[in-house]
Amino acid sequence: MLAVDKDTFEKEVLEAEGAVLVDYWSEGCEPCKALMPDIEALEEAYGDTVKFVKLDTTKARRLAIKQKVLGLPTIALYKNGEKIEEVTKEDASKANVEAMIKKHV
Amino acid sequence: MEKIYDVVIIGAGPAGLSAGLYAARGKMSTLILEKDKTGGQISTTNEVANYPGSIENATGPSLVARMVEQCKEFGAEMKKDTIKEVQVEGKIKVLVGEKETYKAKTIIMAGGASPRLMDVPGEKKLTGKGVSYCATCDADFFTDFEVFVIGGGDSAVEEAIHLTKFARKVTVVHRRDELRAAKSIQEKAFKNEKIEFIWDTVVEEVKGDGLVESVVFKNVKSGELHEYHADEEDGTFGIFVFVGYLPQTELFKEILDMDKAGYLITDDNMNTNVAGVFAAGDCRVKSLRQVVTAVADGAIAAIQAEKYIANVFEE
Ligand SMILES: Cc1cc2nc3c(=O)[nH]c(=O)nc-3n(C[C@H](O)[C@H](O)[C@H](O)COP(=O)(O)OP(=O)(O)OC[C@H]3O[C@@H](n4cnc5c(N)ncnc54)[C@H](O)[C@@H]3O)c2cc1C
Repeated sequence: MLAVDKDTFEKEVLEAEGAVLVDYWSEGCEPCKALMPDIEALEEAYGDTVKFVKLDTTKARRLAIKQKVLGLPTIALYKNGEKIEEVTKEDASKANVEAMIKKHV
Repeated sequence: MEKIYDVVIIGAGPAGLSAGLYAARGKMSTLILEKDKTGGQISTTNEVANYPGSIENATGPSLVARMVEQCKEFGAEMKKDTIKEVQVEGKIKVLVGEKETYKAKTIIMAGGASPRLMDVPGEKKLTGKGVSYCATCDADFFTDFEVFVIGGGDSAVEEAIHLTKFARKVTVVHRRDELRAAKSIQEKAFKNEKIEFIWDTVVEEVKGDGLVESVVFKNVKSGELHEYHADEEDGTFGIFVFVGYLPQTELFKEILDMDKAGYLITDDNMNTNVAGVFAAGDCRVKSLRQVVTAVADGAIAAIQAEKYIANVFEE
């Protein structure tokens, strides 16, 4: 998964064409780390049609809040730079993320 | 032939990890199944000051990491899977997971508990948008913001103290006029200049479009309502909820004996009403739900499982 930060988020996500999935996570967030392998597995399956990126929010707090993300883990799907759907916390499971991808892509 | 484990443990919280350590050390083939994060509830806190011996770097995640390492060293296997169904009638028990089905001579249920919700309008919609149950996940977002902590027990007050490292102000909102937390924790909180208290008060509603923007409080004595709005410059604030727990035991409904709240009933040896099925940790009826009692339960359950196997399978 491509790691983005507050400097590259604009270009890689907001200015990107097509579908981009953003994994908002942080080193301190244990559920995020437990979920990450599932997201990587989804990248294997859907990587051709969806771009997968991850953002460590500890170094991009303001950016995350601007994206209305105030809790981890949050997995958000963007299309042509617009956030179209997201799942967070308990709902951020592999099955729900996959369903979200299938619904929109 | 399909593998039959000596012990399959549901849950990799402190109870499950301790059971895994003892079982594997007793040379039993041991599998620990975890649906979510390794470490369970304790991995959501950075403040573990009361586990004996845990002084240096006493955060939940660091404690869990050491438990996992110890567990694996003795040979316990760990997998990520959610157990959906169990069949316990036969001598060999069956556990049906989302990914795989497992067979075992014994089961140790260490499913723990999950945070109780406030159950008010707006709470679900704004979870991850300002409403949180996990300080290690979300505290950082509230650096220089205001935060409310709902609850008055140990977890609530300890997390309130922890949150003062991030937030500019922390207000503890409690439905009674005194805290339930341990006295030493209370003292620390009362001394902390960043912490304020609102007594006899509960949350009625959380409001916001995309992020928490306001919260409606109700004084339980006067019935009076009061709406608090986010500081204009901040635009939002945090609400950390620690109002109790719910046992994660639905899996065993109508299979194992439980009390009204859903906690599993065991004897002193962690036996449930079904032979070969043990329960350990926060998911069982007990007077103190802490890491120190969870790991003790896990150890006892593993040793009893070993005895059970010796009696039933190896005459
Ligand atoms: C904010 C907070 C602060 C705390 N602070 C302290 C402290 O300072 N000191 C202290 O001693 N204690 C503290 N505690 C309490 C402590 O965390 C618990 O007592 C302890 O974690 C209980 O361990 P457990 O293994 O029984 O359950 P849990 O920690 O709840 O772990 C159970 C695990 O089982 C998994 N599980 C459940 N059902 C299934 C299933 N069907 N399939 C697969 N996996 C499943 C869950 O995902 C979970 O990971 C705190 C708790 C909280 C919430």
